[in-house]
Amino acid sequence: MSQDRNDGPTVARYPDHEVIVPPNRLQKAVTVAKPVGYDPIARAEEALGNLAGEFTEWMDSECSKLDEARQLLKTAGFTEETRDALFRCAHDIKGEAATFGFPLVAPPADSLCRLIEHTPDMAQIPLELVDQHVDAIRAIVRENSRTDIEEVAWSLTRRLREVTDEFLRHENRDRPEILKIVMAPSLVPGGRPD
Amino acid sequence: MVHIDFNKLRFLVVDDNLHMRRILRTLLHGFGARDVIEAEDGAAGLEAFSTGNPDIVFLDWEMPIFGGLELIQMIRQPGSNSNPFVPIIMLTGHTERTRVTKARDAGITEFLAKPISAKRLYQRVFSVVAHPRPFIKTATYFGPERRRTSNANYTGPERRRGGAADTIGQIGLIEKAKTVA
Repeated sequence: MSQDRNDGPTVARYPDHEVIVPPNRLQKAVTVAKPVGYDPIARAEEALGNLAGEFTEWMDSECSKLDEARQLLKTAGFTEETRDALFRCAHDIKGEAATFGFPLVAPPADSLCRLIEHTPDMAQIPLELVDQHVDAIRAIVRENSRTDIEEVAWSLTRRLREVTDEFLRHENRDRPEILKIVMAPSLVPGGRPD
Repeated sequence: MVHIDFNKLRFLVVDDNLHMRRILRTLLHGFGARDVIEAEDGAAGLEAFSTGNPDIVFLDWEMPIFGGLELIQMIRQPGSNSNPFVPIIMLTGHTERTRVTKARDAGITEFLAKPISAKRLYQRVFSVVAHPRPFIKTATYFGPERRRTSNANYTGPERRRGGAADTIGQIGLIEKAKTVA
């Protein structure tokens, strides 16, 4: 082992690797004394709460983008561009839904992501199944204030997931290593056990 | 107890989704940050990284042109930019174990699955500021130390030649601060 020390990183060299301790640029931000009234998490939550009035409009906007991506896919067919655009829209909704107050939308968006991501030949993806996912997402957003929305949303999601799983099992029947990943339990937030 | 003065840090947020950028900026401002740069795709993110010299980078995975993973590979190039050691927090809707591993192997510092919350975001920033990890450079990897803990019961092969002697302990800022206090 050899070590270099100068104003830059400290480097310890070994036969097949180096261990580098970079200069710590972030030390400037560490303080021991607690500033008066310091509660950054509460302040950030309050700031986020002030944005909440816009979340429904944002969710509607994300749904419109998803619908446009679906229409483009149906017009132009499955290309890398149309597939990626649809995937990104579904993926954004999956990640944002709970923050925007629509947690029931995340699981069907996740199901659509899985359908797009894990189908080896995208030309085989049934457009009808894409439609069903997009329509379900939009319907759940539209009907979010219904008192029975949780049951309705979960019925829709469960069925979409079943059909998608069956399709993915068939399409990946010769790819056991991929199938194992595809069928692993989803960690999507808002998921609930059957 | 150690606290973070966010006002002394410059953040770069790279995400193609306008709403997510706004949420992140709002949370960071809530923490006390004032210096938040934004970029809407990987290419703009690389430009902002080069010119803005941020202290911490937040990256989305899925972006048009080139995505978060490609941007990490460009940043984690020793000698090619001013700060290849910059802490990178990947913020993504991908939650599969394989994805987490892939991001880790690309050189991220922290992984934060969406949906984000103020508490989890704060914890990630606190972690990179108060517990900096050494970097490892091998023929195939350059990034933060991936071994967060040492497992005395580990029985697998030692993949790094040098064994136990190659571990350099680094005192976390919390411990340093305690000695000052």
